[in-house]
Amino acid sequence: MTALFTDRPGGRTSVRLRRFAGALGRFLGAVVLTYLGLLAVTFFIGRVIPIDPVLAIVGDRAPEHVIQRVREELGLNLPLWKQFVIYLGKVLQGDFGTSVLSSNPVMQDIRRVFPATLELATLGTVIGAGIGIPLGVWAAVRRGGIADQLVRVMALIGYSVPIFWLGLMALVVFYARLGWVGGPGRIDVVYEYTVTPWSGIMLLDTAIAGEWEAFANALSHLILPASLLGYFSMAYISRMTRSFMLNELAQEYIVTARAKGLSESRIIWRHALRNAAVPLVTVVALSYAGLLEGSVLTETVFAWPGLGLYITNSLQNADMNAVLGGTIVVGSVFIGLNLLSDLLYRTLDPRTRAR
Amino acid sequence: MTVSTLTRRAGRLTTAAAVAALILGAGAALAATPKDTLVVAWAIDDIITMDPAESFEISAGEIMGNSYDRLVRYEVSDPSKLYGDLAKSWTVSDDGKTYTFELKPGLKFASGNPITAEDVAFSFHRVVAIDKSPAFILTQFGFTKDNVKSRVKATGPLTLTIEVDKPYAPTFVLNCLTANVASVVDKALVMSKEQNGDLGYAWLKTNYAGSGPLKIRDWRANEILALERNDNYHGEKSKLARVIYRHVKEASTQRLLLEKGDADIARNLTPQDLDALAANKDIGTTATPKGTVYYISFNQKNPNLAKPEVREALKYLLDYSGISATLIKNIGIEHQNFLPVGLLGASTEKPYKLDVDKAKALLAKAGLPNGFKVTFDVRTTQPVQGIAENFQQTAKRAGIDIEILPGDGRQTLTKYRARQHDMYIGQWGADYWDPHTNADTFARNPDNADDAKSKPLAWRNAWDIPELTKKADAAVLERDADKRKAMYGEMQADFRQTSPFIMIYQMNEVAAFRANVEGLKIGPTSDATYMFRVSKK
Repeated sequence: MTALFTDRPGGRTSVRLRRFAGALGRFLGAVVLTYLGLLAVTFFIGRVIPIDPVLAIVGDRAPEHVIQRVREELGLNLPLWKQFVIYLGKVLQGDFGTSVLSSNPVMQDIRRVFPATLELATLGTVIGAGIGIPLGVWAAVRRGGIADQLVRVMALIGYSVPIFWLGLMALVVFYARLGWVGGPGRIDVVYEYTVTPWSGIMLLDTAIAGEWEAFANALSHLILPASLLGYFSMAYISRMTRSFMLNELAQEYIVTARAKGLSESRIIWRHALRNAAVPLVTVVALSYAGLLEGSVLTETVFAWPGLGLYITNSLQNADMNAVLGGTIVVGSVFIGLNLLSDLLYRTLDPRTRAR
Repeated sequence: MTVSTLTRRAGRLTTAAAVAALILGAGAALAATPKDTLVVAWAIDDIITMDPAESFEISAGEIMGNSYDRLVRYEVSDPSKLYGDLAKSWTVSDDGKTYTFELKPGLKFASGNPITAEDVAFSFHRVVAIDKSPAFILTQFGFTKDNVKSRVKATGPLTLTIEVDKPYAPTFVLNCLTANVASVVDKALVMSKEQNGDLGYAWLKTNYAGSGPLKIRDWRANEILALERNDNYHGEKSKLARVIYRHVKEASTQRLLLEKGDADIARNLTPQDLDALAANKDIGTTATPKGTVYYISFNQKNPNLAKPEVREALKYLLDYSGISATLIKNIGIEHQNFLPVGLLGASTEKPYKLDVDKAKALLAKAGLPNGFKVTFDVRTTQPVQGIAENFQQTAKRAGIDIEILPGDGRQTLTKYRARQHDMYIGQWGADYWDPHTNADTFARNPDNADDAKSKPLAWRNAWDIPELTKKADAAVLERDADKRKAMYGEMQADFRQTSPFIMIYQMNEVAAFRANVEGLKIGPTSDATYMFRVSKK
């Protein structure tokens, strides 16, 4: 995908335009193929799991003729490929179907659950990158020092402690015992119907409405799960920053810079980190994308009605329209963030501009 | 780094921490729930619709019970007693086939529309026309799309007649009319939302058209369900202005919310949570035996399991008392009959206990002195998983080698419904408050063929029982309540001895609540847990 942004400068306009069109074509082709593959795989996995999708709709008690009728209504009596073609046709018309669990159009459901995940993942990434990067730099600069040990221990805990347990412990300590933060859920019941869910992002909606009390309450509910996710992404980001930085600090240009008598802070922050930032962008983007898929366990412990819980619950009930809709969103997130990190590459690394 | 920079940094850190604590603390001022609002933490992800003609899930049942009225209801304290809800009085014709209901005058729906006999008739017609999962509760009286309009009709503004196809026991007919599916919907409102002749089906899935004490204000699947007082309600108005159900899947999270006062009631606590809360003075509990029974069943297509001695032997291989004392402590009551206690004629006989020697003798008699191998489909939730593992251990002592096949709930159920299992552990809840609901599934199998029209639990285990089926059919027509009761007693005795079902326990539903919550009583069926009778101090 990088090709899109690496056209040679200074060439004749028509050549540049043709190149650009070609690159754009290749890019769009890749996107279409990605979506198609994603949908096909999800669709067929959904159809081979040994769960009868009719069960989720009619329950265990329905008489046989009701079951048969619903099976036909869902088109489940048709051959698999035909079901897929019909589904694709509808998707192309913008119809993602109705979720059998919520009785709502799938996209309406996703418009409801995705902002919850977006809010959580964004704050989580801000915390993770905001602390993780400086910590990683510090660890690389003073190898074997306190920060380095800290990064190692954090990564170890991050990789080995189940997030479910840590979430519950965090709730017990910060919510139940200390009362510093709000509990599970996105907002206290008192504020539940005080603001119109304009964007679905609680902080934004309450701020727009000027309901600052509700805003503070939403923030107090958000901070703990976001910190938890932030911790896990911080463990990863700091570890990666450390190794990228170590790599850069061993380069000859650093020696040159030192020889020129530049201050150590300038060398670290302006020279080394600037170069380490290029691969770091991918790390942060991927970690963000990972959080945007929704974290089922975190969402379960914190009763957070997000995307992860939605997709998992749908999958367990073979609610395939909902699963496929969710998959498209996750796919779009990945494609979008890949594109974004490509763009950032271009700004951060001059070589990609003038090759 | 010098000492002074260190202290300076430490100082900055402390300030930052203090500021952070201040910001966070601001929002967390202990938020007890408002006095006029009841907050219930409950796993409500089973709800798929708000339409009483389709709704058949456990948690949805409670919502319907609080928001929709019906002709009759049963007394929560004594389910054998019925009282008129919308109906003022009713009579049954001498031939036992025609029921005439007189409605209470001057009643209104939440919308303000008057409640008439036509609304009741329309509601029944609609159920039969839409024909969703619970429709059989009404169609078992012989209603079809073609005849229902002549069989159920308004003969006056407040007079309704219902004509059934056989002279059923009146208790049976009336008991079925207490079910959610017999809820009365607001005809004018529903029809104003009709699209393409769907009788308002698309609209009512997420909306409300009832007359009950609480109205449904908002439902966001897997997130929240809000009920609000209906000021047009005909009976005693709800003391609470609002009841909010919050979907909280995890029991530990429910417990934290309850302890902290952010929820008033928690509904899915584990036996361990309940034990731990017993010492907490701010929290009380209430429990009611439900119409749900848990069982292990054996597919009669498996030649070993089809032997009568093997079936009996397996019943002696479950550690009933051990399981009661541990795995189902607080949440279940040992019970060995297919009718749960509370239903007409339910037996409390408990002839079986763990007896490995007796089981061994029976196995030898069946020609399997060294036991056999068998698979067991178990869904990975508690307490069924624990019970299954316990049974695996005790059965091993008689040489029976059980291989547990763990699976997700819907996955094992799909397999069970296709009769592809050997052994299965499941539960069955009464669909309506009459013994026929369980007799119909445990002790009735009119056609054991693979493509049978009706597939009750007896069918799922390929248990062919023409005699018992006849008895069940006769019991539902017995108009003398005492004789009817005796017939169910007989069927249960037969079932205990010969069936391929080990009945294990009856569910005991426990709710934990904050001490300021008053009047909470869990109903025997989910539609009889009345939140509108609850208040807060």
